[in-house]
Amino acid sequence: MADHSQGHPENPIKYYIGVFALLMVMTGLTVFVAQFNLEKHWGPLNAIVALTIAVIKATAVVLIFMHVRWSSRLTQVIVVSAVFWLLIMLSFTVSDYFTRGGWPPTHGQ
Amino acid sequence: MEQQKEAGMIGMWIFLVTEVMFFGGLFLAYTIYRTTYPEGFLYGSHLLNVPLGGTNTVVLIVSSLTMAMAVYYSQKGDRKKLVAFLAITLVLGLVFLGIKYVEYSTKIHDHLFPAASLYHPLTPEQASEEQKAHAIPANLQRPVQVFLWIYFMMTGLHALHMIVGAGLLTTLILMARKGKFTKTYNSPIEIGGLYWHFVDIVWIFLFPLLYLTGFHFSVGGH
Repeated sequence: MADHSQGHPENPIKYYIGVFALLMVMTGLTVFVAQFNLEKHWGPLNAIVALTIAVIKATAVVLIFMHVRWSSRLTQVIVVSAVFWLLIMLSFTVSDYFTRGGWPPTHGQ
Repeated sequence: MEQQKEAGMIGMWIFLVTEVMFFGGLFLAYTIYRTTYPEGFLYGSHLLNVPLGGTNTVVLIVSSLTMAMAVYYSQKGDRKKLVAFLAITLVLGLVFLGIKYVEYSTKIHDHLFPAASLYHPLTPEQASEEQKAHAIPANLQRPVQVFLWIYFMMTGLHALHMIVGAGLLTTLILMARKGKFTKTYNSPIEIGGLYWHFVDIVWIFLFPLLYLTGFHFSVGGH
């Protein structure tokens, strides 16, 4: 099925339609879930659910629309490195707050 | 040739890595400020128009499909369909920008643009019935201003990327119409596609974090 000499599959259209359907369903799902107050069960649950759905959507776009599924290993490593560096920035900054002023950060008047 | 094509794609991916860090900095600011001002962010979020934001999400998802189709037809050497799908993608991008224009001008009209002298929201006590939808309790006005700064900065930077993308698409359409792309040479289309999909991915994160944060808050009434 996959044509490795070009890094593209022979018939990608069914993948594109499939991802499109997934994206639409996930969008509907994220709006639907957002109307419920999940925070009364556990603080950040609304945000976690919303981010999980967003990550699934983004992964589908990266793998299929952006052809990373059929790309060279070098390309795939570069894509993963973007997420890796982003996580470094987020985790180190948040840990700075954790270890110095507590979490959540407070803002003096 | 294959190595050159691969090098071109990797060049765009390296650029997109820098873009991830660029937007990532704003997402970091969002994370810090949302946890600092949770009520302000909940309240500010429900000032945004979810139907318009949701429509824009659908518009971009469809435009990503049409962009992928444009890349497909460039590989098949089908000039007419390539131009058609690039054009549809461009139109969808312009629809997105049009909706953002409506959203921004509404905010400015309601005195909610967060820059110092332009920002003067009404408290619910001061507001008339029609104004109640964008009234903000006095103790939340500063935190909501922080939220609105994040909103305008993030969607503004995103809209700027959309405008650049629209320019790229226009250039690709003009080149395609002249027959510059063939089965063997179509990397600019594919590279343009990478850029366009990236801008779509940023919006995929922006929409729930900005628009849906307060959704359970407003749907249930407050």
